[in-house]
Amino acid sequence: METFTYYPGCTLRTKAKDLDTYARSSAEALGIRLEEPADWQCCGGAYTTAKDEIATKLSAVRVLNSAKESGQPLVTVCSACHNVIKQTEYDISRDEEMASKVNNYLGLAEPYTGGTKVYHYLEMLRDVIGFDNLKEKVVNPFTGKKIAAYYGCLLLRPVKALAMDDPENPTIIEDFIRAIGGTPVIYAQRNECCGGYITMEDKAQAQKRSSAVMDSAKDMGAEMVITACPLCLYNLKKNSGSDLPVYYFTELLAEALGLKEGNHE
Amino acid sequence: MQRIGVFVCHCGTNIAATVDVKAVAEALGHEPGVVISQDYQYMCSESGQELVKNAIREQKLTGVVICSCSPRMHENTFRKAAASAGLNPYLVEIANIREQCSWIHKEVANATDKAIILGKAAVAKVHLNTPLNSMESPVVKRALVIGGGIAGIQTALDIAEAGFDVDIVEKQPTIGGKMAQIDKTFPTLDCAACILTPKMVEASQNERITIHSFSEVEDVKGFVGNFTVKIRKKARFVDETKCTGCGLCTEKCPMKKVPNEFNLGLDNRSAIYIPFAQAVPKVATIDPNYCMMMKTGKCGVCSKVCSVGAIDYKQQDTIIEQQYGAIVVATGFNPINLDKYDEFAYNQCPDVVTSLELERLMNAAGPNGGTLLRPSDKSHPHTIVFVQCVGSRCDDEKGKPYCSKICCMYTAKHAMLIREKYPDTEVYVFYIDVRTPGKNFDEFYRRAVEQYNVHYIKGMVGKVTPKSDGKIDVQASDLLANEQLHIDADMVVLAAAIEPDKTARPLATMLTTQMDTNDFFTEAHPKLRPVESATAGIFLSGACQGPKDIPETVAQGSAAAAKAIGLLCKNSITCNPCVAHSDELMCNGCSSCEKVCPYGAITYIDKEFRMPDRTTKVRRVASVNPAVCQGCGACTVACPSGAMDLNGFSNSQIMAEVDAICK
Repeated sequence: METFTYYPGCTLRTKAKDLDTYARSSAEALGIRLEEPADWQCCGGAYTTAKDEIATKLSAVRVLNSAKESGQPLVTVCSACHNVIKQTEYDISRDEEMASKVNNYLGLAEPYTGGTKVYHYLEMLRDVIGFDNLKEKVVNPFTGKKIAAYYGCLLLRPVKALAMDDPENPTIIEDFIRAIGGTPVIYAQRNECCGGYITMEDKAQAQKRSSAVMDSAKDMGAEMVITACPLCLYNLKKNSGSDLPVYYFTELLAEALGLKEGNHE
Repeated sequence: MQRIGVFVCHCGTNIAATVDVKAVAEALGHEPGVVISQDYQYMCSESGQELVKNAIREQKLTGVVICSCSPRMHENTFRKAAASAGLNPYLVEIANIREQCSWIHKEVANATDKAIILGKAAVAKVHLNTPLNSMESPVVKRALVIGGGIAGIQTALDIAEAGFDVDIVEKQPTIGGKMAQIDKTFPTLDCAACILTPKMVEASQNERITIHSFSEVEDVKGFVGNFTVKIRKKARFVDETKCTGCGLCTEKCPMKKVPNEFNLGLDNRSAIYIPFAQAVPKVATIDPNYCMMMKTGKCGVCSKVCSVGAIDYKQQDTIIEQQYGAIVVATGFNPINLDKYDEFAYNQCPDVVTSLELERLMNAAGPNGGTLLRPSDKSHPHTIVFVQCVGSRCDDEKGKPYCSKICCMYTAKHAMLIREKYPDTEVYVFYIDVRTPGKNFDEFYRRAVEQYNVHYIKGMVGKVTPKSDGKIDVQASDLLANEQLHIDADMVVLAAAIEPDKTARPLATMLTTQMDTNDFFTEAHPKLRPVESATAGIFLSGACQGPKDIPETVAQGSAAAAKAIGLLCKNSITCNPCVAHSDELMCNGCSSCEKVCPYGAITYIDKEFRMPDRTTKVRRVASVNPAVCQGCGACTVACPSGAMDLNGFSNSQIMAEVDAICK
């Protein structure tokens, strides 16, 4: 059984418990042990692009270092956490000045200058387990279900740092949907922003964005939308005014593996 | 005792502004063997050369060092001057104190020091120079043109017109290239086929032109005036000499679902096919990937209906070997693959097409007989959006950094033709800049805007998405109005960047010619030698050298022909005497040099040697053919025993230069 350091992130302890719970139970069923480091903190929620700002990146470095110390790859599941951690890893392994500032501040036993392999849970399914192997473990397939994958903006970009999939024509969630027996729906807005944090400032803007996403998915015949991001889920559910159901991808995964009662019909 | 003259050039201010030329002349005057050291404003000028010549005569010089620009610029000039004053031209050395010194340094003190060091190295080298004499080598009076598009056809016609034999090698079953696929040409809107096909016929009927269609260059050996080329004639499974091009086989062939390359896969052809009605040669070709007879052994319909018995399912590739004096590369271009441009939904929606596909959709011989219909549902499009610069002028690695040059004009042409033929269609063009330099080009574009009311919008398209009702949502920005736009389009046309043909790179390796980072062939000089490659005897024609429209391609095709004719007119050419030679006493017969020689100039011979004890022994030693050797020096580096040496660049000369620099 392969062991990963697992970083849940703070939203998964409060609003997004479903994302977390089913990620854990499914991983176990798929033969992966997720080990949560004792001292993880909030990722900061958004990656600060300011070059001279290190404070918001420290917690990401701590968890990256903790994975390195345990000799395990790191797996994340929330899009926002993944984005922050992956960008931190990308920058600290390339930007010497940032690395030295961070290490001067943290005073780790051994300086951290990158090297931890970071997976998003979806990448773990694709690259470690393999969608073909996942397909074999499905007991409760979503046959005939038309499912729309919603990537949002954080999962795919910036493409050099995230390096998960083609940002304009991603396939990873569609391939996941096929693996659990469903039919993926391709629609225009699947990799556009849901409005994100702007819902706090300007609700109308978030409503406009998230309803554009949901209308586009519905227009192409989707019966449900899945996402990996708690904030996307919030916007799509609360701000879009759409009646299309939205789930975390881990919920469908757990259902397909027979670990959760279904929304199949 | 050597008597060396040093001549330091100011090159106006090019050198003199950064290098203290007088100090350089002064310092080099004290070098051993130097009897005269002078500076002059323009050494390459008539009077500058006179200065050198007089010094050679008066001072009885045995060697000359010119401190000036790159030897690529004026080495020949000074060698000629020396020869006319009675000095062997290979006793002249150039110290490059311009490109490698004055142009790259800012501080006079540093630049002057470096110029002195470079001059000292040249003086040290010239001490060891020996007189070299050039040999003559005959010129084969036949040219090879690689690529049978408009560039290659024009070049071949011009060379044939001058009275020389020319072979065209074309990898497709027909000559004609991209121009044959184009509907109309800008800025005159005359039909491309109407002006191209007569030239194709002319080429095929010209007694001096041989067309090897469906053939590829497999190997090139030799050198200017005497290339040996292997051409693979791919099996077309039809005897070219028998086939009359009647087309009965293509009608009767039961396998009709093969994507038609000529129409860019927009319709289908049969497994045995003639690419288009005016193909040259008009000969059928069997596609073995689809032919039922070739795949399963069951069918043979074409063979039964062919009245002249031209079908030969067992035909094999054949290799032709031919000598040529000159080679012209005319391998052309292709639009780039749009897989990396998913924001434009090219792979998701059949109604998003490239500009070349639009040419076929609008062409009378195209899939819809010339009526513009949407590929998806064959309906008439009412709103068409053109997107320019797809992959051109792109600052990331997925596109091309250069401007593809032809897109602005053909997009204006498409927009105008559509508005002319279907006035009920709204046409939008999104552009970064509209670039229309060229005779009557800007007038043409303005007609599209002013007379045909094409909506030109400055701004780029961000996203193209197919909708469930069959329309296409085009999201774009209008930079001048500072607005975000959504256009409900029926069709989207992408002006894809153009890139050199994929066969160009392996060909460049075979020809030992240079390419730039974008795989365009590099010309010998960007301004003054635009149709020659840096490799002697290899000329460049058309878009293989850089993006070009048809008038420019034809002009360059003729220019390349003129250069090739100039070479073929000579009975013999002077060879470079700076070639390798092997010291047979040191050679241990290891073959290292033979393996690295890109020209095949080195062979091994068994030679009898007399030993100190008066016995004889046969040893295997390297032998260089000086007529084939190009003096690249690869063998001298590879040789483990130091037996290989290069005339004019001997190991001892190089070491003397290094010593002079390090002293």
